[in-house]
Amino acid sequence: MKYMVLIADSEDERAATPEADRMAAYGQIRSWWNEHVASGQILDGYQLQPTETATTVRRDPAGNVTVTDGPFVEAKESVGGYAIIDVADLDEAISLISGWPAEAALEIRPVIEA
Amino acid sequence: MTVESRRAAIDERLAITVREERSRLVAALVRILRDWDLAEELVQEATVAALETWPRDGIPQNPGAWLLTTARRRGIDRLRRDARYRDRLAIIGAELRNMTTPHSPGGPETGGPLDVDDRLRMIFTCCHPALSREAQVALTLRTVAGLETPAVARAFLVPEATIAQRIVRAKRKIRDAGIPYRVPEPAELPARLTQVLTVLYLVFNEGYLASDGELAERRELARDAEWLGSLLVRLMPDEPEALGLLALMRLHLARVDARFTSDGAIVLLPDQDRGRWDRTAIEGATHILEQALRMRRPGPYQLQAAIVACHAEAPSYAETDWAEVVALYDRLLDLQPSPVIALNRALAIAELRGPQEGLAAVSGLQGRLDGYHLYHAARGVLLRRVGRTAEARMADERALALASNPAERRLLEERLAAN
Repeated sequence: MKYMVLIADSEDERAATPEADRMAAYGQIRSWWNEHVASGQILDGYQLQPTETATTVRRDPAGNVTVTDGPFVEAKESVGGYAIIDVADLDEAISLISGWPAEAALEIRPVIEA
Repeated sequence: MTVESRRAAIDERLAITVREERSRLVAALVRILRDWDLAEELVQEATVAALETWPRDGIPQNPGAWLLTTARRRGIDRLRRDARYRDRLAIIGAELRNMTTPHSPGGPETGGPLDVDDRLRMIFTCCHPALSREAQVALTLRTVAGLETPAVARAFLVPEATIAQRIVRAKRKIRDAGIPYRVPEPAELPARLTQVLTVLYLVFNEGYLASDGELAERRELARDAEWLGSLLVRLMPDEPEALGLLALMRLHLARVDARFTSDGAIVLLPDQDRGRWDRTAIEGATHILEQALRMRRPGPYQLQAAIVACHAEAPSYAETDWAEVVALYDRLLDLQPSPVIALNRALAIAELRGPQEGLAAVSGLQGRLDGYHLYHAARGVLLRRVGRTAEARMADERALALASNPAERRLLEERLAAN
């Protein structure tokens, strides 16, 4: 089954982390990521630029479009990256994602495969 | 035996057998068909047929196989019509041949390892942490214990539509989110078993704490939880905490008749007529607890059962082994630091070392328990014992303002009226 994993954390906390620690955390994430790409569990994914770079486009039922600055939900935690994974079931997804080597909240959502 | 009591005995046996066999069959069909609704529907029709036929013709030699044959016969057209299930029919046929060993309810499992695993799979799936606690409870009662949705709704004092929706959503999530139908791996098992035990204990308390005047269905929940607990113990005989929980539930149920007066008022432990406690049931439960303790993997349910056993075995309230009770609470607090456990420990301290010390221990919990009615009720009792009557009244009034259970409210009102 394919799932999308939304990886959320606090940008403020990340910004407050000393540069050296942040680099070390990125290194851990990179090696964890590469390991699971190699095993075939992670198909795709990216880290995202901070939410201050986000733009939200809203389309109402009449087709009117408004463009606003920022993400669609303002929250303490925000999506900082995502992964598309391919695993047997939710238990394998949970066990894979539990290994994410940094403080974060990770939302696992099955994708609708056409 | 009178005609009525014989008839009641047959009905009881029939009910137990149907429940037992139904759960085995639903669990097996969910695995084969991978469709919870269809599995339940097929078995539902077969159980209705059983309830019509068995009282007349007697319970068949192998009730499980009878139900499976009936479910298969009644569902066969549906299964044939749908291409998805056609190839599954052959598997059901093979299952039928595997299920020919007679099965005695309550006795050792004789149906082979396959169907044992199925019911465990079902329990762990119903209590999967990706489902909300409410959904876990509703789904376990509906699917494993076989309660009808309206019965679950009445027992939890929730509208039927709410329970129905919880169950529909939970099944949809199981299917769409890919929650597997399996027993967790050994590494995950302790955490997942804790989830299952939590669900069972929650169901038990929902029924056990219901006052006598409340709906019969609510009180039946405690028996349903006990049945689920005994099923779990039969499926996982080497899990001491499962045994501990079963012992705990049975120790409570053994004394349930003494908890209320005939007109529904609560009788507190010191005032209970111990002659009305079921000594045989207490002995049986203590035996289960000893079996668990011999495995030397202590846990919160075993400790709670040990505390309740101290009370159940004491000839009178005064002769309770309070030193042992306090020691057990200390160990329980180490494992599970909770202010409610600390409150119960404080009450045992009051018995062991006097009400002054008990009061000091209780009062230390105010910050965390100020919104809990039993904190104030406990303070009320101890304040009265040390002669601080005015403060005791204030504590009782505060408890009454916070209490919602009608029997508990009545007890507090009577206490306030007395002095």
